[in-house]
Amino acid sequence: MSTALLMFVGFVGVTLVITYWASRRSSGANAFFAAGRQITAWQNGFAVAGDYMSAASFLGIAGMIAFQGYDGFMYSVGFLVAYLTVLLIVAEPLRNAGKYTMADVLAYRMKARPVRAMAALSTLTVSTFYMIAQMVGAGALVALLLKSSGISYEAAVIGVGILMIVYVVFGGMLATTWVQIIKAILLMGGTILLSIIVLGHFGFSLSAFFDAISHVTYHVTKDSVKTEVIQNFLQPGLRYKPPYGALDLISLGMALLLGTAGLPHILVRFYTVPDAKTARYSVVWAMVLIGTFYIMTTLLGFGAATIVGRDFITDNGGTNMSAPLLAQALGGNFFFAFISAIAFATILAVVAGLTISASTSFAHDFWTNVIHHGTERKPGEEVLVARVTAFVVGAIAITLAILLGSKANVAFLVGLAFAVAASANLPVIVLSLFWKRFNTAGAVCGLATGLAASLALILVSPSLMTIDPPTVTGAARHLFQHKPLFPLENPGIVSIPLGFLGAIMGALLSREPAAEAKFAELTVRANTGLGAEKASLH
Amino acid sequence: MTPDPNRKSPSDLTPSVGAATDIAPLGRTQPRPAHELTAAEEAQVTDWNKVAAMEEFRALLKAKLRFIAPATAFFAIYYFALPVLVGYAPELMGKKIFGAVNLAYLFALSQFVMAWVIAALYVRAAGRFDKMAEAILAKLKFK
Repeated sequence: MSTALLMFVGFVGVTLVITYWASRRSSGANAFFAAGRQITAWQNGFAVAGDYMSAASFLGIAGMIAFQGYDGFMYSVGFLVAYLTVLLIVAEPLRNAGKYTMADVLAYRMKARPVRAMAALSTLTVSTFYMIAQMVGAGALVALLLKSSGISYEAAVIGVGILMIVYVVFGGMLATTWVQIIKAILLMGGTILLSIIVLGHFGFSLSAFFDAISHVTYHVTKDSVKTEVIQNFLQPGLRYKPPYGALDLISLGMALLLGTAGLPHILVRFYTVPDAKTARYSVVWAMVLIGTFYIMTTLLGFGAATIVGRDFITDNGGTNMSAPLLAQALGGNFFFAFISAIAFATILAVVAGLTISASTSFAHDFWTNVIHHGTERKPGEEVLVARVTAFVVGAIAITLAILLGSKANVAFLVGLAFAVAASANLPVIVLSLFWKRFNTAGAVCGLATGLAASLALILVSPSLMTIDPPTVTGAARHLFQHKPLFPLENPGIVSIPLGFLGAIMGALLSREPAAEAKFAELTVRANTGLGAEKASLH
Repeated sequence: MTPDPNRKSPSDLTPSVGAATDIAPLGRTQPRPAHELTAAEEAQVTDWNKVAAMEEFRALLKAKLRFIAPATAFFAIYYFALPVLVGYAPELMGKKIFGAVNLAYLFALSQFVMAWVIAALYVRAAGRFDKMAEAILAKLKFK
C-alpha cells in the first residue's frame, strides 16, 4: 500500500468516526440542517473556508499561476475580496431572518411557492454543476495520485460519491461541518509548510524568488518545432490577451465579487451559528484563512513554475498537478503523498457541503413549502426527504461524472456556478432585503432571467463553442464546433446586469401590497435579530 | 383561602382549572418569553410597523447605511481598478518597483490588505450597531 493511499485511508477513517459521533448526537431538523445552530465563530470560519477553497483553488489556481503567471493570481484576489460582500451585506440579515436556506430570506415577504420553487431550481443548478466539476476533478486526481495503487477513475468517482453521501445522510450538517474544519486545518497547514519550503529553496530571499519568476523558461511545441520561451511571469496578460482579455477580467471580477455571496452552500453555513454576531465573526475568521491561503497560492504557483518547470508538469499530469509535483520536488514521495491526501480531503469537504445544501433546499423549499404548502405531514418528514435527496443527488453526480469521463472539459462549470449565483441569486437577495417595492413577480423574474442568461451565454462562449484543431479528439473537444457567439469566457458582465434588470422590471410591472407591508417586519428582524431562530439540538 | 367563584354550589367539590387546589395550572399562564416564541407566533405579538417607526430603529438603520454604503462603494471601486488597470494599462502595471516586483503584483497584494482593513473597521462599527439594537430590544422589553 502506498503512502498516499495510507493517508487517504487515515483521513477517511477520522471523518467516518466524526460522522458516527454526529449521527449519535443529532436528531431533528435543526440538528440535521443547521448543526443545532451551535457552531462557534472560529469553527464556522474554518468550515466556511473549508467549504469554499475547493480543489479548483488548491490545484487549479496554483496550476494556473504556474502556467500563466500573474493572470492566475487575479482569481485569488477576487476569491478574498468577495467576502466583503458576504460580510457587509448578506451574512447577518440572512442569519437573522432565515431558517435553513437562502430561499427563506427571498420568500420572506413574497408568495412562498413560486419564489421557493425558482430558488430551489437555482440552488440545485449551482450545486449540481459545481459538484460535477469537483467529481470529475476528484476522479482524475485520485486516479493520477494513486496510479501506483491501481485505482481507476471510475472507482475513485464512486468512492468519493459514496463518502459524501455517508457524511450527509448519517451525519447531517454537524458531520459536514467537522469534515470541513479538519480539511481547512490540513489545507492551511500543508500550504504554509509548502510555502516555507519554497522560500527556503530561494534561501528565504524574496528578491531571489521574484528574480527567478521574472524569467521563467519553458518550451513550446508548434508544428513539431520546439522553441524555448523565456517569460516574465509577473507581467499581466499571459492569459487574458487582447482584444477581449480586459473585458473578460472585469467580467470574472464581477462574477466572483457578487457570486460568492449568492452561493447556496456558503450561505447555509451562516445558519449553523447561534446568532448574527457569531456569523459576523465567522466571516472574519474565514477572511483571515482565505486571504492567507490565496496569497500563498502565488508561492505555490510561482514555485512550481520555477522549481519544477512547466515542461515537467505538462509531461506528468498537466496544470492541476503543479502543487503535488512541487511537493514531490521539494520533499520527496512522502510530502507528495501528504499534499495529495490534502487535495483529496479538500474535494470531499466541498462535495459534502454541496450535497447538504442541495438536499436542504429540495426538502425545505421544494418538498415542504412548494408541494405541501409549508407544513410537514408528519414529524421528521423534511429530514427524511433531505436524506433521500442526498442519496439521489450523490447517485446522479456519480453517474454524470462517469459518463463525462476524466478528460471532459469541466472547468467552465465552476465559472458557471459563480455566474448563476451572481446573476440569479444575488440580485434577488439584495433587492428583497433593501427595496420595499420588490415583490414576487420581481423575484421570480430576476431568478429566471439570471439563470437563463448565464446558461445561454456559457453555451455560446469559448468554453463550449470553439473550433478545435483536428488533433484534439474525444471528450476534450468542445461541444459546439463553431466560432464562439459570445467572446468572453465569463458571462457575468452581461448576465449580472440582466439579472438585476429582470428583477427590477418584474417588480415594477406588478404591485403586491402584501409584500410591501411586510418590508417593515423583514427590516426589523434583519437588523435587530428579533425573533431570529435560536440554537437547539431538536 | 378565597372561595372559588366558578363553583356552582358549596356542595360541588369538582376542582376547577386554575383553582388554588390544583397542583399546577394546565399550560402556561404567563406570556412566553421572547426567546421561546417561534417566528409565526411572534408575528402576531410584535407590531413591526411600530418598531420600524421608532426613532432608535431609524437611527440604527441610518448608522448602518452611513458605514456600509461608503465602505461598499470604496471596496468595489478599489477592486475593479485592478482588472481595469491590468487589462487596459498593462505597461503601466508592469513597471518594476522593488527589483523584479512590479506594480501589478503590489496592487494585487494591497487588495488583500484592503479587504482585511475594511473587515476590521466593520467589526468595530458593528459593535456599535449591536449596542443600538440591544437598546431597542430592551425598550421593547424583549431582553
